[in-house]
Amino acid sequence: MLEIRDVSASYGPIQALRDISITINRGEIVTLIGANGAGKSTTLMTLFGEPRASSGQILFDGHDITHVQMHEVARLGIAQSPEGRRIFPAMTVEENLIMGTIPVGTEHAGEDMAKVYELFPRLKERRGQRAGTMSGGEQQMLAIGRALMGRPKLLLLDEPSLGLAPLIVKRIFEVIREIRAAGTTVFLVEQNAFHALKLADRGYVLVNGKIHLSGSGEELLTNPEVRNAYLGGGH
Amino acid sequence: MDWHIFAQQLVNGLVLGSIYGLIAIGYTMVYGIIGMINFAHGDIYMVSAYLTAIFLAILTMLGVTAVSVPLALVVVMLLTIMFTALYGWTVERVAYRPLRGSTRLAPLISAIGMSLVLQNYVQISQGARNQGIPSLIEGTLRVGGESAYVQITTVQLLIVVVSFVAMGILTYIIHKTSLGRQCRATQQDRKMANILGINTDRVISMVFLIGAAMAAIAGALVSFNYGSFDFYIGFVTGIKAFTAAVLGGIGSLPGAMLGGLILGLSESLFSGLINTDYKDVFAFALLVLVLIFRPSGLLGKPEVEKV
Repeated sequence: MLEIRDVSASYGPIQALRDISITINRGEIVTLIGANGAGKSTTLMTLFGEPRASSGQILFDGHDITHVQMHEVARLGIAQSPEGRRIFPAMTVEENLIMGTIPVGTEHAGEDMAKVYELFPRLKERRGQRAGTMSGGEQQMLAIGRALMGRPKLLLLDEPSLGLAPLIVKRIFEVIREIRAAGTTVFLVEQNAFHALKLADRGYVLVNGKIHLSGSGEELLTNPEVRNAYLGGGH
Repeated sequence: MDWHIFAQQLVNGLVLGSIYGLIAIGYTMVYGIIGMINFAHGDIYMVSAYLTAIFLAILTMLGVTAVSVPLALVVVMLLTIMFTALYGWTVERVAYRPLRGSTRLAPLISAIGMSLVLQNYVQISQGARNQGIPSLIEGTLRVGGESAYVQITTVQLLIVVVSFVAMGILTYIIHKTSLGRQCRATQQDRKMANILGINTDRVISMVFLIGAAMAAIAGALVSFNYGSFDFYIGFVTGIKAFTAAVLGGIGSLPGAMLGGLILGLSESLFSGLINTDYKDVFAFALLVLVLIFRPSGLLGKPEVEKV
């Protein structure tokens, strides 16, 4: 479904990604783990052309999308719950969800909103509240819900567990499983390597902008190098 | 002080404030969405006054004015709105969009340049002399006795009513329609709006279109009222409207309308009760005071430096 081929990208003089290749097949959950600053978010943002891949190619459903404009990516069926959540703080929960329908129109908005509220009942309770006044966990749920409103084929999640209480993290990872079960392919970027690898079919380890390791979730979980570097050796 | 003088100044202030409010909307929406002061906005207002005169002349030549004055005025107004909106859109495309992503100062300087370009373009194409249109709307509404009365002309009444209707429609658009939601999303987080599939360049164009359309309503109404203008009227009126936008809290739509009304009313009361010659000094002194004591304005949020 998504194929990132030998992509390099940089922010001005600083090279952030070096020849990375990632493949995601339909129906998979694939995770990209790595330390802070390894280039995980950059990998997701190159799909939206900011920063643009300076070399290599990005294919989605067989089409080259390396040079597609940022606002056209969503229409292809790629939605993102980005780093920092980026919900619209002065809008209500419901308005935020409606903003997610841009790629598909508001025709099915009511039905899709009901599905999101089913996944996150908390959002339903807060539907009329200004999103900026909600807790971090609720904002994360909203960011995921908003991405789902566009009926994406591929959902990109950038550190959905960051800064959240363990119980909420657990719920969010459950939801990711449910989203996949409903037919959406998921590309999950995480620092929380243990949870991410347990959930994912396959994983990639990013170190200093390069793909260092890849394999099934299971393989990476038991890989000694991964255990030492990302799982604190203890789990 | 006589009550009727005070009441009359309130009426005048309401009329003036409606106009300031309409123009202030353009400043505040543009600032809200791309964080720049569009210094050419006052001149867009000036252009709309000329367009009003031109369209009125054309309709009079075609005989429409002779058949029905109200019809002619409505058509003039609609044409003026459309063409002025086109000017606003063009200014953004030509002078601001190419500078997006450069320093914050660059579009500001470009805006001052556009202001000069518009003034000189009108001066050259329309002449430097004062221009005017005949007053076509008769009638005065008068309340009170022989010597102590308050009056409002039909045109003034029209200014207040049309302004409030326009502001009402705009408020509805911003809060209830898809376009309005896209504007607000772009204002709150442009990059995220882009990721969600909103063509933010198009949204920004729409904001310039709307701002210019509001200025055009003001320009047409003022022309119907005073009848006379020159290529330089955009400067003082523009800065006054900008003051109104800052007073209300720049970036805030209700703030622009409120700021316009407060500025209009206080300026009118000052000139009626204290001194007419110093009314501009009063308005700008108010701007200075607001900037010192409440820089985020009455309804604005404190400025957070964007990274």
